[in-house]
Amino acid sequence: MSVATATAELPPRRMLSGRPSTLTIVSWELRKLMAQRRTYLGLALGAIPPLIFVVFWNFHQGPDRHGGIFATEITQSGLATPVLMLLFESAFLLPLIAALVSGDIVANEDSNGTLKTILTRSVDRGQVFAAKTLAAMAYAAAAVFGAAAIATIAGVASWGFHHVITLSDTVVSAPEALLLIVAANAAVLIPLLTVVSIGVLLSTVTRNSAAAVVGTIGVVIVLYIVTAIPGLEAIHPYLLTGQLQAWQGLLRTPTDWGPIAHSAWVCALYALPSLFAAYLVFLRRDVAGG
Amino acid sequence: MASVAGDSPPVKARGLVKRYKDLLAVDHIDLNVNAGEVYGFLGPNGAGKTTTLRMLLGLIMPTAGHIELFGRDPIREGARALDGVAGFVEAPRFYPYLSGRKNLRMMAALDGLGARARVDEVLDTVDLTDAADKRAGAYSHGMGQRLGIAGALLRRPELLVLDEPATGLDPAGIRDMRVLIGRLASEGITVLLSSHQLAEVQEICDRVAIVRSGKVAYEGPLADLRGAAGNGYRLHTSDDRRAAELARTTPGIHALSVGEAELRFDASERDAGALSLALGAAGVAIYRMAPTLASLEDLFFELTEGGGAAAHGMATPDGTAPAGAASGGTAETTERAAGTV
Repeated sequence: MSVATATAELPPRRMLSGRPSTLTIVSWELRKLMAQRRTYLGLALGAIPPLIFVVFWNFHQGPDRHGGIFATEITQSGLATPVLMLLFESAFLLPLIAALVSGDIVANEDSNGTLKTILTRSVDRGQVFAAKTLAAMAYAAAAVFGAAAIATIAGVASWGFHHVITLSDTVVSAPEALLLIVAANAAVLIPLLTVVSIGVLLSTVTRNSAAAVVGTIGVVIVLYIVTAIPGLEAIHPYLLTGQLQAWQGLLRTPTDWGPIAHSAWVCALYALPSLFAAYLVFLRRDVAGG
Repeated sequence: MASVAGDSPPVKARGLVKRYKDLLAVDHIDLNVNAGEVYGFLGPNGAGKTTTLRMLLGLIMPTAGHIELFGRDPIREGARALDGVAGFVEAPRFYPYLSGRKNLRMMAALDGLGARARVDEVLDTVDLTDAADKRAGAYSHGMGQRLGIAGALLRRPELLVLDEPATGLDPAGIRDMRVLIGRLASEGITVLLSSHQLAEVQEICDRVAIVRSGKVAYEGPLADLRGAAGNGYRLHTSDDRRAAELARTTPGIHALSVGEAELRFDASERDAGALSLALGAAGVAIYRMAPTLASLEDLFFELTEGGGAAAHGMATPDGTAPAGAASGGTAETTERAAGTV
């Protein structure tokens, strides 16, 4: 390095002015996510199933296949596709995608040593934690709405923009159905953001991406297993996994807000302690990696 | 960002302790780094240097003790205590999937207003402009070190904390790093420089702390350490035989030995100076009179691997003056002066 001459050109020293906002850190967290290939792998996991479904149905079953209520519903309107996909993906795939990033977002920086890089700048630990949590949540939201958008576009392209029949056997117009799809995907975010909170906690505590991701998915699997154990029916309403289908209340007429409200407070019981514990650990932890 | 406290020293640490279960990594370390000096933090690997620096930067919590950076506690005040402070511990780390420039932009964004405008400037300072748009993951170790310096300079620091900055660099890289640190120090930046090699820091440090097993074995001016190092000299003249005769008759010259190409003797700086005058008066030209640095290194090894400061009558962290320390100029100045006789 030609420092001998270059340092002579250093500007006079003075203190920096202005402290970065948490939103600034969030924007850089998102840029870092966007710069990594695995980010798109997660998004693709959510977007590919609807494409496979639509292509498979069209090429192997035919666009006008008859022979069952399910098939009739699907081919009646392209807007049924995102609903069907949400039904399938919300059970496991979307929690998996949420776990992929949330379990990695702190632990990866820890193992790479970059946590010390950002914690020795002019930002507080609380800001960094909030930014990472918000970025992981934003990613989960992007995965949900990205998958819904792909499913909607693919479905409408195949079977048109028509009215749909709700779970209460009532008919809603296509524009109203579109709004319901958006609302249903927003509702599924409640338990998904809870999964993110658990992922952030494990990511902060374990300092190991693989352990945190697998651990988060493991929590979901264990809760599904608990659901299947006879004699534990009393706790089913309070299991996180049960909240992953609460969005279906929006597809009834009149709208059944009960499952949504129940999902909100049950998820809060999981998410808030997780985030609070993660926050405390992050504030006090030793950053010795790298 | 608020300006740093005016009269508070850049670093003041008292009774720092860090314990990991049964391992006492740092054992009641006191540090005092004064404004404008280059402070060497020396010790073998595993002595507790990096742990101490991490505590200074608020990365790890001390088990006990108190730290102030320009009067602010990094543990209690967080990022505000790092105003005016920059640097890195162990190797600087970056996002390998971002370019060097984007890494710096990210750091600048996290530093606050004004830093982003200096990205190109600091890239130029460390001579990374041409490689700025390469992924940081493709950088060599030396380029990574330079990017780490660039990241630190973005903050226009008053205190620069560098942990083994020359580790892994080739000789030219080490030289350049030394030049850069010297230039930054000459501009008034206080530098806290850790190293496990005495030779790496002895040319640029004003004062040093030598740590061993988590404790400070010596803290004070490097000149005092040199003074206690045995006062050995090597002398090469135009007439070594005549020089040996004069040395034998000059008071304070001890342990004289005559080799094929040089003389060796022990003396205080004052007595070595008297000998140089005597040689000049006798018409014997001094080609070289230099302190035997090996004895300084020996002392360093003894401090870090055995013995201790007390065994050598040297300064300990409680401020006891070294018994054997020479007053006045350093051994380096003696060498320079002798060379001009």
